[in-house]
Amino acid sequence: MSAIYAMWLREVKRYLRSRVQIVASLAQPTMYLLILGFGLGPVFQEAGKGSYIQFVAPGVVGMSILFSSIFSGVGLLFDRQFGFLKETLVAPVPRTNIMIGRTLGSATIACIQGTLVLTVCMLAGFRPVSWGQFPIALLFMLLIATVFAALGTAIGSVLKDMQGFQIIMNFLVMPIFFLSGALFPLTNLPAPLSVLTHMDPLSYGIDALRSQLISVTHFGAALDAAVLGACAVAFLALGTRLFSKIEI
Amino acid sequence: MIQVNDLVKSFSDFRAVDQISFSVQPGEIFAFLGPNGAGKTTTIKMLTTLLKPTSGTLAIDGLDIARHPNEVRKRFGIVFQDPSLDNELTALENMEIHGVLYGVPARVRTERTEKLLKLFELWDRRDSFVKTFSGGMKRRLEIARGFLHTPKILFLDEPTLGLDPQSRNQLWSHVKHVNETEGVTVFLTTHYMDEAEKVAQRIAIIDHGKIVAQGTTAELKEQTKTDSLEGAFLALTGTTIRDESANPGADQMRQFSQMWRR
Repeated sequence: MSAIYAMWLREVKRYLRSRVQIVASLAQPTMYLLILGFGLGPVFQEAGKGSYIQFVAPGVVGMSILFSSIFSGVGLLFDRQFGFLKETLVAPVPRTNIMIGRTLGSATIACIQGTLVLTVCMLAGFRPVSWGQFPIALLFMLLIATVFAALGTAIGSVLKDMQGFQIIMNFLVMPIFFLSGALFPLTNLPAPLSVLTHMDPLSYGIDALRSQLISVTHFGAALDAAVLGACAVAFLALGTRLFSKIEI
Repeated sequence: MIQVNDLVKSFSDFRAVDQISFSVQPGEIFAFLGPNGAGKTTTIKMLTTLLKPTSGTLAIDGLDIARHPNEVRKRFGIVFQDPSLDNELTALENMEIHGVLYGVPARVRTERTEKLLKLFELWDRRDSFVKTFSGGMKRRLEIARGFLHTPKILFLDEPTLGLDPQSRNQLWSHVKHVNETEGVTVFLTTHYMDEAEKVAQRIAIIDHGKIVAQGTTAELKEQTKTDSLEGAFLALTGTTIRDESANPGADQMRQFSQMWRR
């Protein structure tokens, strides 16, 4: 238990100390929000779908959680290269606990990051329909963060160097983002695209955030919660398995 | 305390460790010597659960490493050859996290951390980030951290690499101290024959993944008809320099094979 806490605390401390990085990591979602938000706004409005900023804000929050949690999960790669990973692998603590501590740390960081982006969204004019559902939205953010932090740890356990990371970025993380419906509604899509969006866990995450923040949902919040919960369990199990098999 | 039988570790077609067997008695200081790339670090990695052997058995304190990795990890401490500190944390935080992971009670942790950081002259810099430390300071911190808990077995993989004579002296007197007062078994590797001769009760010499000789310093000298451990070492392993880039060591081979396995 104390090992989980120690590993969690380490991740959070490292994050809070990298102030420059925190600000820098807000730049990308802000650009999506402002440029796409205001750029596509008129077309969206004309199509009778209402305000695009309102629509895209939960998507941008979901995106920042995805990137942040995968990145810090893959931070394992740096620990491997700089050697600290060895120190934790020989410690007399079940590797499961080390993995869970790291993953919860990554998830916490991603949640803070998501909350910061949500604040930026509100500065840009986004308004949640009801504040009452806000705590539930936060819970969903934590759930999304756990899903992808676990996935990040699983990936980080298998990768050996930065080249591998580029491949993961281009062929896994970007598709997860683009197929999630963060930027467009999931209705009336061509069949192949529709199938792919249904297979993307982030689709359910962003849909869940929309259900709580703007009362719009494609799958329904109950299904969202079920799919995200199942993914979290599956990825945590996978991550634990791969992490405990690491050899150096 | 350590029992190794017919241990083999292969990386693709390279045999880093080739059928070695040895044992270390409780309370003994055992030195594992060999030229670069001989298989020393690979053996330590297998003993410390970081690497799975290709074949052969390893037991620590009577426990099979493959079957009880968690129990085995409770019994040893290690100072690695290469860095294993968290550069983004302070010296104190590195000690702290180690203490928590090894289950050292908070009060003992604080006391020992202060004592060890003072011993290795890092106390004044305890709140500095490790990334601001010089190579020697990082090395000293790794060693101080290794002594924070009292294991049954202490693995020291080339601990004196890059240390000044003062720190070296501190290190060996501390190693002898824990060995004598707390009965800690010590398994060490080094390139400095005088250190091995001074502290180790028994020595094994490994070359090209095989153990070529083992015994006390006196026995090794007698066996090779030389008058120093250095002479015995050279007689057993030859005088050719192992240029690691021309004749890649086990670690480099491993990294290489891992890169291409994907």
